Amino acid sequence: MSTAAREFLLAASNSATLTPRETIRRSIEHYEAAAQRGRSRFLDWEGARRKCSEIKWEALNHLDKYLLEFEQRVKARGGHVFWAETAEDARRYVADLAMQRGVKTVVKSKSMVAEEIHLTPALEKQGMRVFETDLGEFIVQLRDEPPYHIVTPAMHLTRADIAKLFTEKLADFMTPDATVKDDPAQLVAAARRALRRAFVSAEMGITGANFLVADCGMVAITTNEGNDRLGTALPRVHVAIAGIEKVVPRLENLGTLWPVLATAGTGQQITCYNTLIGGPRAANEVDGPEEFHVVLLDNGRSELLADPEQREVLQCIRCGACLNACPVFRTVGGHAYGTTYSGPIGSVLTPHLRGLNEFQHLSYASSLCGACTSVCPVKIDLHHHLLQNRRNAVHSADRPWLERAAFKLWRWNMMGSHRFATAGWLGRNALSVLYALGLGGSALDPLRPWTKYRAAPAIPKKSFRASWRKRGAD
Amino acid sequence: MQKVSLFIPCFVDQLVPEVGIDTVRVLRRAGCDVDFPEAQTCCGQPAFNTGYWDEAREVAERFLRVFRSAEAVVCPSGSCTTMVRNFYPELLKGTKAGEEAGSLGKRVFEFSEFIVKVLGIADVGASFPHRVTFHDACHGLRELGLKDEPRALLRSVRDIQLVEMPCSEECCGFGGTFAVKFGMISAAMGDTKAGNAEASGAEYLTSIDPSCLLHIDGILRRRHSPVRAIHLASILAQTAEASEPAHTMAEARKTE
Repeated sequence: MSTAAREFLLAASNSATLTPRETIRRSIEHYEAAAQRGRSRFLDWEGARRKCSEIKWEALNHLDKYLLEFEQRVKARGGHVFWAETAEDARRYVADLAMQRGVKTVVKSKSMVAEEIHLTPALEKQGMRVFETDLGEFIVQLRDEPPYHIVTPAMHLTRADIAKLFTEKLADFMTPDATVKDDPAQLVAAARRALRRAFVSAEMGITGANFLVADCGMVAITTNEGNDRLGTALPRVHVAIAGIEKVVPRLENLGTLWPVLATAGTGQQITCYNTLIGGPRAANEVDGPEEFHVVLLDNGRSELLADPEQREVLQCIRCGACLNACPVFRTVGGHAYGTTYSGPIGSVLTPHLRGLNEFQHLSYASSLCGACTSVCPVKIDLHHHLLQNRRNAVHSADRPWLERAAFKLWRWNMMGSHRFATAGWLGRNALSVLYALGLGGSALDPLRPWTKYRAAPAIPKKSFRASWRKRGAD
Repeated sequence: MQKVSLFIPCFVDQLVPEVGIDTVRVLRRAGCDVDFPEAQTCCGQPAFNTGYWDEAREVAERFLRVFRSAEAVVCPSGSCTTMVRNFYPELLKGTKAGEEAGSLGKRVFEFSEFIVKVLGIADVGASFPHRVTFHDACHGLRELGLKDEPRALLRSVRDIQLVEMPCSEECCGFGGTFAVKFGMISAAMGDTKAGNAEASGAEYLTSIDPSCLLHIDGILRRRHSPVRAIHLASILAQTAEASEPAHTMAEARKTE
């Protein structure tokens, strides 16, 4: 078992009992009601899903063409494009750039790719201060935690948790005479005061990108707080980081992608702020950065692109719908995964990005219920990809020898109905004796992995086939 | 008379035979000529779901040979039906058996689907004067698209009181080998399901998947719940004249 697998098991068993599962559930219930309303506003939600899937599929199948088109147009406006093959390449490019420009303070808007490459610690190591400016991200940063969820990073916290955190960490910015300590308006005001200073002093703004639009060479950023606009307008340098799969062919594609992303992500008709940025401040413009850089990150994506079976996983628009729908995510929570991308998409994707052997356990940590697939707005067949990951793991990763032996024996047993019936008879009789001795659920119980959590099944005297043979089962 | 070849999942054969027995009763009452090809063992799903596709393939090919000449195959499990209809084509892609799988896939039916869609009836003459809630097992719901069929059968049962529980479409946490590999997660999911069933005020939780029901039954009894798990076939097998109580998942059939 890999280290990551051991950590997952430990975290999962703790979180199944300790995490505020009620908090998660309530939050997801709100989301579900909103998403339901959102979907019903579409004349044809299924049609919209199909369209989005087709747009992303087209882009993926001509990624070379669209990425070059995007690069060419960004450069024509005076922007820079850096192709980062690995996370290290991307980190080094951004850190070097920040060093060369004398950056001391960085304001970041929400970016999962920045999490994926661990950008913030790399910049902090160079002595820079990095501020998360998305409210949820800001909260988890104050707690020194990774985001809990790819869209709602602080979904595991209650208002009271946040009030307590702010009282400790943001004392200078809280309203001293506030009578209600956990009033949301007061809390937001404190965060705003703290962040305003960072916005004004920052020399660099870092954003992700929801889409890279090829035909106009623009980065499309979606937020609900407008922090991306302030964070790209005030600092001298803007760096946008995006996975290469984020490119879409045409500006008009956003007409479908934006509302679908909003609906699947939060149930909104359209997210509050949708920004398109195509380059640094032009001669006739009054604001915007002096420099504009786009970092295009591969980090394992090309290999996934080369896999015809799972290529479509790169269609993901990071809306988080599959996390919300997933009963495993609802049970163990986002932190248990120990990965940047959690939930079903994380379980499918992480083995490709970080190695099958180390992260195969995530593909097994699913009941394959398919709720994820049924909500995915770009129609990724998520739970079938988990099955394929499992098959790949059996072919090329370490599996327990006992499991391998068990399935060899299983195959032998199932290849003959007499063997099967005899093995069943032996098993049932052995279990009956054991259970009659009161050893059900004990360490001697071969069904222990089952009976540890459940009452033992009653063991029938006769199999169905035996009843059938005797009198046609009636 | 409609000829039916029974496909009894391996664990039903060995652990909950009464589900098979009740399936036979209901099908016969609905006018079917029922046969049980005794050469059958397993459809191969445990190996397929755990990633052992080579082993699963051999067992699947054997399954296809056993049921080659069947007119209609009926199975009291949405999950095992899904294996044959939806997963065999992927598992056997590119092999000669792949085509045969496609053909059998059209002739294999989940129990409630068969009665409602193929036989075209909803009332099988059952009587069950209890409060019952239905759990939408994942494979039946999302792979086979069965939502109304089992409910149509339940609504036609005399004196039954059908109530919906919250989140009936949420997975119960069984998930095959997941249930033992990640027992703590599986059980926590099962507890959520049990809580929802209890909140509905139902005496019985029923479904079309005996694997989910075995898991839910173990969870319900572990928490000393008043709710009992029962397979749909065992409800439909009960008539007003029945001399013995319905077979819940917790009781082994004491046939001698």
